[in-house]
Amino acid sequence: MLQPPTLPTDYTVKQGHIKTSTGKTIRTEEMIINMGPQHPSTHGVLRLEIVVDGEIIVDCIPHIGYLHRCFEKHCEHMTNYQQVIPYADRMDYCSAMTSEWAFALAAERMLKIEVPERVEYIRVIMAELQRIASHLIAAGTYGIDSGAFTPFLYTFIDREKILDLFEMTCGARLLYNYIWIGGLSHDLPPKFIEQAQEFVKYFRPRIKMLNDLLSYNEIFVKRTANVGVLPKDVAVNYAVSGPQLRGSGVNWDLRRDDPYSVYHKLEWEPQVGKGEMGTVGDCWDRHIVRMREMEQSLNIIEQALAGLPEGNVKAAIPKRIRPEKDAEIYVRTESSRGELGYYIVSDGTASPFRVKARGPAFVNLSVLPEIVKGAMIADLVLIAGSIDIVLGEVDR
Amino acid sequence: MTPQEIFKVLKAKFSDALIEPTISAAGGSASVGYAMQLWIQIAPDRLKEICLFLRDNNAMQFDYLSCLSGMDYSNGTFGVVYHLASIVHKHKIILKTFCTKDNIHVQSVSAVWGTANWHEREAFDLFGIIFDEHPDLRRILMPDDWEGHPLRKDYKVQEFYHGIKVPY
Repeated sequence: MLQPPTLPTDYTVKQGHIKTSTGKTIRTEEMIINMGPQHPSTHGVLRLEIVVDGEIIVDCIPHIGYLHRCFEKHCEHMTNYQQVIPYADRMDYCSAMTSEWAFALAAERMLKIEVPERVEYIRVIMAELQRIASHLIAAGTYGIDSGAFTPFLYTFIDREKILDLFEMTCGARLLYNYIWIGGLSHDLPPKFIEQAQEFVKYFRPRIKMLNDLLSYNEIFVKRTANVGVLPKDVAVNYAVSGPQLRGSGVNWDLRRDDPYSVYHKLEWEPQVGKGEMGTVGDCWDRHIVRMREMEQSLNIIEQALAGLPEGNVKAAIPKRIRPEKDAEIYVRTESSRGELGYYIVSDGTASPFRVKARGPAFVNLSVLPEIVKGAMIADLVLIAGSIDIVLGEVDR
Repeated sequence: MTPQEIFKVLKAKFSDALIEPTISAAGGSASVGYAMQLWIQIAPDRLKEICLFLRDNNAMQFDYLSCLSGMDYSNGTFGVVYHLASIVHKHKIILKTFCTKDNIHVQSVSAVWGTANWHEREAFDLFGIIFDEHPDLRRILMPDDWEGHPLRKDYKVQEFYHGIKVPY
Protein backbone atom coordinates (compact mmCIF):
# COMPACT_ATOMS: atom_id res chain seq x y z
CA MET A 1 0.00 0.00 0.00
CA LEU A 2 1.44 3.34 -1.01
CA GLN A 3 1.76 5.60 1.99
CA PRO A 4 1.36 9.34 1.81
CA PRO A 5 4.41 11.36 2.75
CA THR A 6 4.31 12.30 6.41
CA LEU A 7 6.69 15.17 6.79
CA PRO A 8 6.14 17.39 9.83
CA THR A 9 2.97 19.31 9.07
CA ASP A 10 4.71 22.67 9.23
CA TYR A 11 7.24 21.69 6.57
CA THR A 12 7.00 23.77 3.42
CA VAL A 13 8.71 22.65 0.27
CA LYS A 14 11.02 25.42 -0.86
CA GLN A 15 10.43 26.86 -4.30
CA GLY A 16 12.51 29.17 -6.41
CA HIS A 17 13.32 30.35 -9.89
CA ILE A 18 16.46 30.11 -11.98
CA LYS A 19 17.38 31.69 -15.27
CA THR A 20 18.78 29.45 -17.98
CA SER A 21 21.50 30.47 -20.43
CA THR A 22 18.86 31.21 -23.05
CA GLY A 23 17.21 33.71 -20.78
CA LYS A 24 14.20 31.56 -19.93
CA THR A 25 12.98 31.42 -16.36
CA ILE A 26 12.31 27.96 -14.90
CA ARG A 27 10.56 27.21 -11.65
CA THR A 28 12.53 24.99 -9.25
CA GLU A 29 11.16 23.03 -6.34
CA GLU A 30 12.41 20.60 -3.74
CA MET A 31 11.16 17.08 -4.22
CA ILE A 32 10.06 14.54 -1.64
CA ILE A 33 11.09 10.98 -2.43
CA ASN A 34 10.30 7.78 -0.58
CA MET A 35 13.12 5.29 -0.37
CA GLY A 36 11.82 1.97 0.83
CA PRO A 37 10.36 0.14 2.65
CA GLN A 38 11.17 -2.38 -0.08
CA HIS A 39 14.37 -0.79 -1.25
CA PRO A 40 17.09 -3.40 -1.68
CA SER A 41 19.85 -1.37 -0.09
CA THR A 42 18.08 -0.39 3.08
CA HIS A 43 18.95 -3.81 4.54
CA GLY A 44 15.41 -4.54 5.59
CA VAL A 45 12.09 -2.79 5.78
CA LEU A 46 13.21 0.75 6.43
CA ARG A 47 11.56 3.72 4.77
CA LEU A 48 13.58 6.85 4.31
CA GLU A 49 11.68 9.92 3.32
CA ILE A 50 14.07 12.35 1.73
CA VAL A 51 13.72 15.92 0.60
CA VAL A 52 16.04 16.56 -2.30
CA ASP A 53 17.19 19.68 -4.02
CA GLY A 54 18.27 18.26 -7.35
CA GLU A 55 20.54 15.45 -6.26
CA ILE A 56 21.45 16.86 -2.89
CA ILE A 57 19.66 15.70 0.22
CA VAL A 58 18.15 18.55 2.21
CA ASP A 59 16.40 16.50 4.86
CA CYS A 60 15.87 12.85 5.70
CA ILE A 61 13.20 11.33 7.92
CA PRO A 62 13.53 7.63 8.72
CA HIS A 63 10.28 5.75 9.28
CA ILE A 64 10.69 2.55 11.24
CA GLY A 65 8.36 0.06 12.87
CA TYR A 66 7.52 -2.13 9.88
CA LEU A 67 9.02 -5.11 11.70
CA HIS A 68 7.70 -4.27 15.15
CA ARG A 69 6.67 -7.44 16.92
CA CYS A 70 6.12 -6.31 20.50
CA PHE A 71 9.23 -7.90 21.99
CA GLU A 72 8.89 -5.97 25.22
CA LYS A 73 5.20 -6.76 25.62
CA HIS A 74 5.84 -10.43 24.90
CA CYS A 75 8.48 -10.56 27.64
CA GLU A 76 5.95 -9.37 30.21
CA HIS A 77 3.71 -12.30 29.32
CA MET A 78 6.35 -15.00 29.62
CA THR A 79 5.89 -17.38 32.53
CA ASN A 80 9.60 -17.84 32.97
CA TYR A 81 12.66 -15.68 32.36
CA GLN A 82 14.19 -18.49 30.35
CA GLN A 83 11.42 -18.20 27.77
CA VAL A 84 12.63 -14.75 26.77
CA ILE A 85 15.90 -16.13 25.34
CA PRO A 86 14.44 -17.32 21.99
CA TYR A 87 12.78 -13.93 21.58
CA ALA A 88 16.07 -12.19 22.32
CA ASP A 89 17.57 -14.32 19.53
CA ARG A 90 15.15 -12.81 17.09
CA MET A 91 16.06 -9.25 17.98
CA ASP A 92 19.32 -9.08 16.11
CA TYR A 93 19.10 -12.10 13.87
CA CYS A 94 22.52 -11.52 12.32
CA SER A 95 24.12 -11.67 15.74
CA ALA A 96 21.84 -13.86 17.83
CA MET A 97 24.52 -15.19 20.19
CA THR A 98 25.36 -11.76 21.54
CA SER A 99 21.66 -10.90 21.90
CA GLU A 100 20.86 -13.92 24.01
CA TRP A 101 24.04 -13.52 26.01
CA ALA A 102 23.07 -9.97 26.96
CA PHE A 103 19.71 -11.07 28.31
CA ALA A 104 21.14 -14.10 30.11
CA LEU A 105 23.80 -11.89 31.69
CA ALA A 106 21.23 -9.39 32.88
CA ALA A 107 19.11 -12.11 34.45
CA GLU A 108 22.16 -13.70 36.08
CA ARG A 109 23.30 -10.42 37.61
CA MET A 110 19.78 -9.88 38.89
CA LEU A 111 19.76 -13.29 40.55
CA LYS A 112 23.40 -12.93 41.64
CA ILE A 113 24.32 -16.20 39.93
CA GLU A 114 27.97 -16.95 39.33
CA VAL A 115 28.40 -19.10 36.22
CA PRO A 116 31.25 -21.62 35.88
CA GLU A 117 34.41 -20.42 34.19
CA ARG A 118 34.03 -22.91 31.36
CA VAL A 119 30.70 -21.32 30.49
CA GLU A 120 32.28 -17.88 30.35
CA TYR A 121 34.99 -19.06 27.99
CA ILE A 122 32.56 -20.86 25.70
CA ARG A 123 30.34 -17.78 25.64
CA VAL A 124 33.29 -15.61 24.68
CA ILE A 125 34.23 -18.01 21.87
CA MET A 126 30.67 -18.10 20.55
CA ALA A 127 30.19 -14.33 20.80
CA GLU A 128 33.40 -13.61 18.93
CA LEU A 129 32.63 -16.16 16.22
CA GLN A 130 29.25 -14.47 15.94
CA ARG A 131 30.88 -11.07 15.73
CA ILE A 132 32.99 -12.25 12.81
CA ALA A 133 29.94 -13.72 11.09
CA SER A 134 28.01 -10.48 11.60
CA HIS A 135 30.85 -8.28 10.39
CA LEU A 136 31.21 -10.52 7.34
CA ILE A 137 27.60 -9.83 6.41
CA ALA A 138 28.18 -6.14 7.02
CA ALA A 139 31.27 -6.05 4.82
CA GLY A 140 29.73 -8.20 2.09
CA THR A 141 26.50 -6.25 1.80
CA TYR A 142 28.45 -3.03 2.01
CA GLY A 143 30.37 -4.18 -1.03
CA ILE A 144 27.07 -4.62 -2.84
CA ASP A 145 25.95 -1.16 -1.76
CA SER A 146 29.05 0.30 -3.34
CA GLY A 147 28.72 -1.72 -6.51
CA ALA A 148 31.12 -4.59 -5.82
CA PHE A 149 29.31 -7.92 -5.96
CA THR A 150 32.20 -10.40 -5.66
CA PRO A 151 33.26 -9.76 -2.05
CA PHE A 152 29.74 -10.68 -0.93
CA LEU A 153 30.20 -14.23 -2.24
CA TYR A 154 33.58 -14.57 -0.52
CA THR A 155 32.27 -13.32 2.81
CA PHE A 156 29.40 -15.77 2.69
CA ILE A 157 31.74 -18.71 2.06
CA ASP A 158 33.54 -17.80 5.30
CA ARG A 159 30.37 -17.09 7.23
CA GLU A 160 29.11 -20.52 6.23
CA LYS A 161 32.07 -22.09 8.03
CA ILE A 162 31.16 -20.27 11.23
CA LEU A 163 27.54 -21.32 10.90
CA ASP A 164 28.76 -24.92 10.51
CA LEU A 165 30.56 -24.58 13.83
CA PHE A 166 27.36 -23.28 15.44
CA GLU A 167 25.34 -26.05 13.88
CA MET A 168 27.55 -28.75 15.29
CA THR A 169 27.32 -27.11 18.71
CA CYS A 170 23.61 -26.53 19.09
CA GLY A 171 21.90 -27.70 15.93
CA ALA A 172 20.80 -24.26 14.75
CA ARG A 173 22.45 -22.07 12.18
CA LEU A 174 20.85 -18.70 12.76
CA LEU A 175 18.81 -18.52 15.97
CA TYR A 176 20.49 -20.67 18.56
CA ASN A 177 18.82 -20.60 21.97
CA TYR A 178 22.24 -21.77 23.14
CA ILE A 179 23.18 -19.39 25.94
CA TRP A 180 20.78 -19.97 28.81
CA ILE A 181 20.39 -18.24 32.13
CA GLY A 182 23.02 -19.85 34.34
CA GLY A 183 24.84 -21.69 31.61
CA LEU A 184 24.52 -23.22 28.17
CA SER A 185 22.09 -25.64 26.60
CA HIS A 186 24.87 -28.09 25.62
CA ASP A 187 28.55 -28.54 26.22
CA LEU A 188 30.86 -28.26 23.22
CA PRO A 189 30.72 -31.30 20.95
CA PRO A 190 33.82 -33.45 20.43
CA LYS A 191 36.27 -32.05 17.86
CA PHE A 192 34.84 -28.53 18.21
CA ILE A 193 38.09 -27.11 19.53
CA GLU A 194 40.14 -28.60 16.69
CA GLN A 195 37.72 -27.33 14.07
CA ALA A 196 37.55 -23.88 15.60
CA GLN A 197 41.34 -23.70 15.66
CA GLU A 198 41.39 -24.78 12.05
CA PHE A 199 38.94 -22.00 11.21
CA VAL A 200 41.10 -19.39 12.94
CA LYS A 201 44.09 -20.57 10.94
CA TYR A 202 42.11 -20.52 7.72
CA PHE A 203 40.45 -17.18 8.27
CA ARG A 204 43.42 -14.98 9.15
CA PRO A 205 44.79 -14.78 5.59
CA ARG A 206 41.24 -14.44 4.26
CA ILE A 207 40.88 -11.09 6.03
CA LYS A 208 43.86 -9.78 4.13
CA MET A 209 42.38 -11.10 0.93
CA LEU A 210 39.05 -9.39 1.64
CA ASN A 211 40.87 -6.17 2.41
CA ASP A 212 42.73 -6.33 -0.88
CA LEU A 213 39.55 -7.19 -2.71
CA LEU A 214 37.32 -4.54 -1.15
CA SER A 215 38.72 -2.21 1.51
CA TYR A 216 41.74 -0.95 -0.42
CA ASN A 217 40.06 -1.13 -3.80
CA GLU A 218 40.50 2.23 -5.52
CA ILE A 219 36.86 2.55 -6.54
CA PHE A 220 35.61 1.54 -3.11
CA VAL A 221 37.90 4.03 -1.38
CA LYS A 222 36.77 6.80 -3.71
CA ARG A 223 33.12 6.00 -2.98
CA THR A 224 33.45 5.83 0.80
CA ALA A 225 36.26 8.14 1.93
CA ASN A 226 35.09 11.58 3.08
CA VAL A 227 31.48 10.46 2.70
CA GLY A 228 29.02 10.56 5.60
CA VAL A 229 31.43 11.98 8.12
CA LEU A 230 30.20 11.50 11.68
CA PRO A 231 32.15 13.81 14.01
CA LYS A 232 33.15 12.60 17.44
CA ASP A 233 30.95 14.94 19.47
CA VAL A 234 27.84 14.22 17.40
CA ALA A 235 28.46 10.49 17.73
CA VAL A 236 28.70 10.70 21.51
CA ASN A 237 25.72 13.03 21.77
CA TYR A 238 23.61 10.56 19.84
CA ALA A 239 24.94 7.69 22.00
CA VAL A 240 26.17 5.88 18.92
CA SER A 241 28.09 2.75 19.87
CA GLY A 242 30.12 -0.11 18.53
CA PRO A 243 32.15 0.06 15.32
CA GLN A 244 30.32 3.22 14.32
CA LEU A 245 31.49 5.07 17.44
CA ARG A 246 35.01 3.70 17.18
CA GLY A 247 35.04 4.66 13.50
CA SER A 248 34.57 8.25 14.65
CA GLY A 249 37.76 8.03 16.65
CA VAL A 250 36.35 7.35 20.12
CA ASN A 251 38.28 4.61 21.83
CA TRP A 252 35.35 3.00 23.61
CA ASP A 253 34.59 -0.69 23.83
CA LEU A 254 32.37 -2.08 26.57
CA ARG A 255 34.32 -5.33 26.60
CA ARG A 256 37.17 -3.28 28.01
CA ASP A 257 35.52 -0.21 29.54
CA ASP A 258 32.65 -1.92 31.36
CA PRO A 259 34.08 -5.42 31.52
CA TYR A 260 31.94 -8.50 31.77
CA SER A 261 32.71 -12.19 31.49
CA VAL A 262 36.42 -13.02 31.02
CA TYR A 263 37.36 -10.35 28.50
CA HIS A 264 39.67 -8.70 31.01
CA LYS A 265 41.82 -11.85 31.08
CA LEU A 266 42.37 -11.87 27.33
CA GLU A 267 44.64 -9.69 25.26
CA TRP A 268 43.21 -7.64 22.44
CA GLU A 269 42.97 -4.06 21.25
CA PRO A 270 39.86 -2.03 20.38
CA GLN A 271 40.17 -0.70 16.84
CA VAL A 272 39.67 2.99 16.18
CA GLY A 273 39.16 4.90 12.95
CA LYS A 274 42.07 7.17 12.11
CA GLY A 275 40.96 8.81 8.89
CA GLU A 276 43.60 7.06 6.80
CA MET A 277 41.77 7.58 3.52
CA GLY A 278 39.96 10.81 4.31
CA THR A 279 38.36 12.29 7.38
CA VAL A 280 38.01 10.56 10.73
CA GLY A 281 34.51 9.13 11.00
CA ASP A 282 33.78 8.66 7.31
CA CYS A 283 32.23 5.56 5.80
CA TRP A 284 35.59 4.00 5.02
CA ASP A 285 36.65 4.29 8.66
CA ARG A 286 33.53 2.52 9.85
CA HIS A 287 34.13 -0.24 7.33
CA ILE A 288 37.80 -0.73 8.17
CA VAL A 289 37.09 -0.80 11.91
CA ARG A 290 34.86 -3.83 11.31
CA MET A 291 37.49 -5.53 9.18
CA ARG A 292 40.15 -4.99 11.85
CA GLU A 293 37.85 -6.07 14.62
CA MET A 294 37.53 -9.46 12.98
CA GLU A 295 41.26 -9.91 13.42
CA GLN A 296 40.98 -9.00 17.10
CA SER A 297 38.11 -11.44 17.48
CA LEU A 298 40.37 -14.15 16.08
CA ASN A 299 42.96 -13.28 18.73
CA ILE A 300 40.33 -13.58 21.43
CA ILE A 301 39.06 -16.89 20.10
CA GLU A 302 42.59 -18.28 19.91
CA GLN A 303 43.32 -17.40 23.52
CA ALA A 304 39.95 -18.58 24.77
CA LEU A 305 40.33 -21.92 23.00
CA ALA A 306 43.79 -22.36 24.52
CA GLY A 307 42.65 -21.41 28.01
CA LEU A 308 39.32 -23.27 28.00
CA PRO A 309 38.98 -24.84 31.46
CA GLU A 310 37.22 -28.12 32.22
CA GLY A 311 34.02 -28.13 34.19
CA ASN A 312 30.27 -28.02 34.24
CA VAL A 313 28.27 -25.93 31.76
CA LYS A 314 25.32 -25.28 34.02
CA ALA A 315 25.29 -23.32 37.24
CA ALA A 316 22.92 -24.31 40.01
CA ILE A 317 19.90 -22.11 39.40
CA PRO A 318 16.45 -22.35 40.91
CA LYS A 319 13.91 -24.19 38.80
CA ARG A 320 11.64 -21.20 38.75
CA ILE A 321 13.52 -17.99 38.44
CA ARG A 322 12.05 -15.34 40.73
CA PRO A 323 14.18 -12.27 41.37
CA GLU A 324 13.38 -10.25 44.47
CA LYS A 325 10.49 -7.82 44.39
CA ASP A 326 11.39 -4.45 42.85
CA ALA A 327 14.78 -5.74 41.79
CA GLU A 328 16.01 -4.04 38.68
CA ILE A 329 19.13 -4.00 36.60
CA TYR A 330 20.56 -2.46 33.49
CA VAL A 331 23.31 -4.52 31.89
CA ARG A 332 25.11 -3.37 28.79
CA THR A 333 27.22 -5.56 26.60
CA GLU A 334 29.12 -5.05 23.38
CA SER A 335 27.22 -6.82 20.65
CA SER A 336 28.40 -6.84 17.05
CA ARG A 337 26.70 -3.52 16.47
CA GLY A 338 27.43 -1.78 19.74
CA GLU A 339 25.94 -1.30 23.17
CA LEU A 340 23.18 -3.82 23.66
CA GLY A 341 21.57 -3.20 27.02
CA TYR A 342 18.71 -4.83 28.85
CA TYR A 343 16.83 -3.02 31.56
CA ILE A 344 14.84 -5.56 33.54
CA VAL A 345 12.49 -4.81 36.39
CA SER A 346 11.03 -7.59 38.52
CA ASP A 347 7.89 -7.64 40.63
CA GLY A 348 8.86 -10.80 42.47
CA THR A 349 6.91 -13.14 40.20
CA ALA A 350 8.26 -15.57 37.62
CA SER A 351 7.57 -13.22 34.72
CA PRO A 352 9.46 -9.97 34.21
CA PHE A 353 7.55 -6.82 35.10
CA ARG A 354 9.27 -4.80 32.42
CA VAL A 355 11.99 -5.52 29.90
CA LYS A 356 13.46 -2.70 27.89
CA ALA A 357 15.89 -3.58 25.17
CA ARG A 358 18.30 -0.85 24.21
CA GLY A 359 19.29 -2.00 20.76
CA PRO A 360 22.41 -0.53 19.22
CA ALA A 361 20.90 -0.53 15.72
CA PHE A 362 17.95 1.61 16.88
CA VAL A 363 20.20 4.23 18.40
CA ASN A 364 22.80 4.13 15.64
CA LEU A 365 20.11 4.70 13.03
CA SER A 366 18.82 7.78 14.83
CA VAL A 367 21.95 9.70 13.85
CA LEU A 368 21.36 9.12 10.13
CA PRO A 369 19.45 12.38 9.44
CA GLU A 370 22.35 14.30 10.99
CA ILE A 371 24.97 12.89 8.66
CA VAL A 372 23.15 12.65 5.32
CA LYS A 373 22.23 16.32 5.05
CA GLY A 374 24.15 17.73 2.13
CA ALA A 375 25.09 14.35 0.69
CA MET A 376 24.15 13.00 -2.73
CA ILE A 377 21.30 10.53 -3.15
CA ALA A 378 23.74 7.90 -4.39
CA ASP A 379 25.77 8.32 -1.21
CA LEU A 380 22.73 7.87 1.02
CA VAL A 381 22.78 4.16 0.26
CA LEU A 382 26.42 3.98 1.27
CA ILE A 383 25.92 5.99 4.43
CA ALA A 384 22.93 3.92 5.52
CA GLY A 385 24.89 0.77 4.72
CA SER A 386 27.88 1.84 6.77
CA ILE A 387 25.70 2.05 9.89
CA ASP A 388 25.07 -1.69 9.56
CA ILE A 389 21.53 -1.79 10.86
CA VAL A 390 19.47 -4.89 11.47
CA LEU A 391 15.83 -3.95 11.28
CA GLY A 392 14.84 -6.77 13.61
CA GLU A 393 16.60 -4.89 16.35
CA VAL A 394 15.57 -1.40 15.29
CA ASP A 395 11.88 -2.31 15.41
CA ARG A 396 11.95 -5.02 18.08
CA MET B 1 32.78 9.54 41.11
CA THR B 2 30.56 7.16 43.03
CA PRO B 3 26.79 7.58 42.84
CA GLN B 4 26.84 8.82 46.45
CA GLU B 5 29.29 11.60 45.59
CA ILE B 6 27.25 12.59 42.55
CA PHE B 7 24.18 12.68 44.73
CA LYS B 8 25.92 14.91 47.26
CA VAL B 9 26.87 17.42 44.57
CA LEU B 10 23.35 17.44 43.18
CA LYS B 11 21.88 17.78 46.65
CA ALA B 12 24.00 20.85 47.32
CA LYS B 13 22.99 22.48 44.07
CA PHE B 14 19.42 21.38 43.40
CA SER B 15 18.15 20.45 46.87
CA ASP B 16 14.56 21.40 46.01
CA ALA B 17 14.35 19.01 43.04
CA LEU B 18 15.66 15.85 44.68
CA ILE B 19 14.46 13.16 47.04
CA GLU B 20 16.80 10.82 48.97
CA PRO B 21 18.30 8.10 46.75
CA THR B 22 17.16 4.57 47.30
CA ILE B 23 19.14 1.47 46.62
CA SER B 24 17.43 -0.84 44.18
CA ALA B 25 17.45 -4.47 45.24
CA ALA B 26 19.46 -5.91 42.38
CA GLY B 27 23.16 -5.71 42.93
CA GLY B 28 25.92 -6.46 40.48
CA SER B 29 28.15 -8.56 42.66
CA ALA B 30 28.67 -11.43 40.25
CA SER B 31 31.00 -9.81 37.78
CA VAL B 32 33.75 -7.25 37.73
CA GLY B 33 33.12 -3.74 39.00
CA TYR B 34 29.45 -3.42 38.18
CA ALA B 35 27.77 -0.81 40.31
CA MET B 36 24.93 0.69 38.29
CA GLN B 37 22.34 0.28 40.98
CA LEU B 38 21.83 3.54 42.84
CA TRP B 39 19.30 5.91 41.49
CA ILE B 40 18.36 9.50 42.13
CA GLN B 41 14.79 10.70 41.92
CA ILE B 42 14.22 14.02 40.22
CA ALA B 43 11.15 16.19 39.86
CA PRO B 44 9.81 15.84 36.30
CA ASP B 45 9.85 19.58 35.65
CA ARG B 46 13.47 20.07 36.68
CA LEU B 47 15.02 17.40 34.47
CA LYS B 48 16.51 19.51 31.72
CA GLU B 49 18.29 21.84 34.08
CA ILE B 50 19.83 18.99 36.07
CA CYS B 51 20.74 16.99 32.98
CA LEU B 52 22.49 20.01 31.47
CA PHE B 53 24.46 20.37 34.67
CA LEU B 54 25.35 16.67 34.66
CA ARG B 55 26.48 16.88 31.06
CA ASP B 56 28.51 20.07 31.22
CA ASN B 57 30.06 20.02 34.69
CA ASN B 58 33.73 19.07 34.44
CA ALA B 59 33.64 16.60 37.29
CA MET B 60 30.53 14.87 35.91
CA GLN B 61 30.66 14.97 32.10
CA PHE B 62 27.78 12.58 31.57
CA ASP B 63 28.01 12.85 27.81
CA TYR B 64 26.44 9.50 27.03
CA LEU B 65 22.77 8.66 27.57
CA SER B 66 22.86 4.87 27.49
CA CYS B 67 19.21 4.15 27.78
CA LEU B 68 15.92 5.90 28.41
CA SER B 69 13.02 3.69 29.45
CA GLY B 70 9.40 4.47 30.01
CA MET B 71 7.74 2.66 32.88
CA ASP B 72 4.19 1.89 33.94
CA TYR B 73 4.14 0.97 37.62
CA SER B 74 0.54 -0.29 37.22
CA ASN B 75 -0.99 1.81 40.02
CA GLY B 76 -1.48 4.93 37.98
CA THR B 77 2.16 5.93 38.37
CA PHE B 78 4.33 6.30 35.33
CA GLY B 79 8.02 6.90 35.23
CA VAL B 80 11.02 7.49 33.04
CA VAL B 81 14.41 5.96 33.83
CA TYR B 82 17.63 7.47 32.50
CA HIS B 83 20.84 5.45 32.46
CA LEU B 84 23.69 7.89 32.10
CA ALA B 85 27.33 7.16 31.54
CA SER B 86 30.45 9.20 31.04
CA ILE B 87 32.96 8.21 28.40
CA VAL B 88 35.57 10.52 29.94
CA HIS B 89 35.27 9.50 33.59
CA LYS B 90 33.73 6.04 33.07
CA HIS B 91 31.20 6.51 35.86
CA LYS B 92 27.47 5.88 35.71
CA ILE B 93 24.32 7.07 37.37
CA ILE B 94 20.61 6.37 37.11
CA LEU B 95 18.00 9.11 37.22
CA LYS B 96 14.33 8.43 37.71
CA THR B 97 11.33 10.64 37.46
CA PHE B 98 7.72 9.84 38.21
CA CYS B 99 4.41 11.25 37.06
CA THR B 100 0.79 10.26 37.41
CA LYS B 101 -1.71 9.16 34.79
CA ASP B 102 -3.69 12.40 35.14
CA ASN B 103 -0.64 14.60 34.69
CA ILE B 104 1.56 12.55 32.42
CA HIS B 105 4.09 15.23 31.53
CA VAL B 106 7.87 14.99 31.74
CA GLN B 107 10.40 17.50 30.53
CA SER B 108 12.21 16.42 27.39
CA VAL B 109 15.98 16.04 27.44
CA SER B 110 16.38 15.73 23.67
CA ALA B 111 18.06 19.13 23.62
CA VAL B 112 20.68 17.78 26.02
CA TRP B 113 21.36 14.43 24.34
CA GLY B 114 20.35 13.92 20.71
CA THR B 115 19.75 10.24 21.33
CA ALA B 116 16.85 11.06 23.66
CA ASN B 117 14.78 12.16 20.67
CA TRP B 118 13.96 8.65 19.44
CA HIS B 119 13.90 7.11 22.92
CA GLU B 120 11.33 9.68 24.03
CA ARG B 121 9.27 9.11 20.93
CA GLU B 122 9.29 5.42 21.79
CA ALA B 123 8.20 6.08 25.38
CA PHE B 124 5.43 8.34 24.06
CA ASP B 125 4.37 5.69 21.56
CA LEU B 126 4.27 2.75 23.94
CA PHE B 127 3.34 4.46 27.24
CA GLY B 128 1.74 7.73 26.25
CA ILE B 129 4.16 9.78 28.32
CA ILE B 130 4.20 13.32 26.98
CA PHE B 131 7.60 14.93 26.82
CA ASP B 132 7.26 18.69 26.99
CA GLU B 133 9.41 20.69 24.58
CA HIS B 134 10.15 17.65 22.43
CA PRO B 135 10.76 18.86 18.85
CA ASP B 136 8.92 16.06 17.05
CA LEU B 137 6.75 13.96 19.35
CA ARG B 138 5.21 11.40 16.98
CA ARG B 139 4.70 7.66 17.24
CA ILE B 140 7.73 5.73 16.13
CA LEU B 141 7.13 1.98 16.26
CA MET B 142 3.36 1.76 15.96
CA PRO B 143 1.38 3.23 13.03
CA ASP B 144 0.43 6.88 13.41
CA ASP B 145 -3.28 6.12 13.76
CA TRP B 146 -2.99 3.28 16.29
CA GLU B 147 -5.25 3.48 19.31
CA GLY B 148 -3.86 3.32 22.82
CA HIS B 149 -0.39 2.77 24.17
CA PRO B 150 0.55 -0.93 24.06
CA LEU B 151 2.98 -1.21 26.96
CA ARG B 152 0.55 0.21 29.49
CA LYS B 153 -0.52 -2.43 31.97
CA ASP B 154 -4.22 -1.71 31.36
CA TYR B 155 -3.88 -1.75 27.57
CA LYS B 156 -6.71 -3.34 25.60
CA VAL B 157 -5.92 -4.01 21.99
CA GLN B 158 -8.28 -2.49 19.46
CA GLU B 159 -10.50 -4.92 17.60
CA PHE B 160 -10.04 -3.67 14.07
CA TYR B 161 -7.33 -1.65 12.38
CA HIS B 162 -8.38 -0.40 8.94
CA GLY B 163 -10.83 -3.28 8.67
CA ILE B 164 -8.23 -5.90 9.60
CA LYS B 165 -8.95 -7.96 12.69
CA VAL B 166 -6.17 -7.32 15.21
CA PRO B 167 -6.26 -10.01 17.95
CA TYR B 168 -5.33 -13.31 16.37
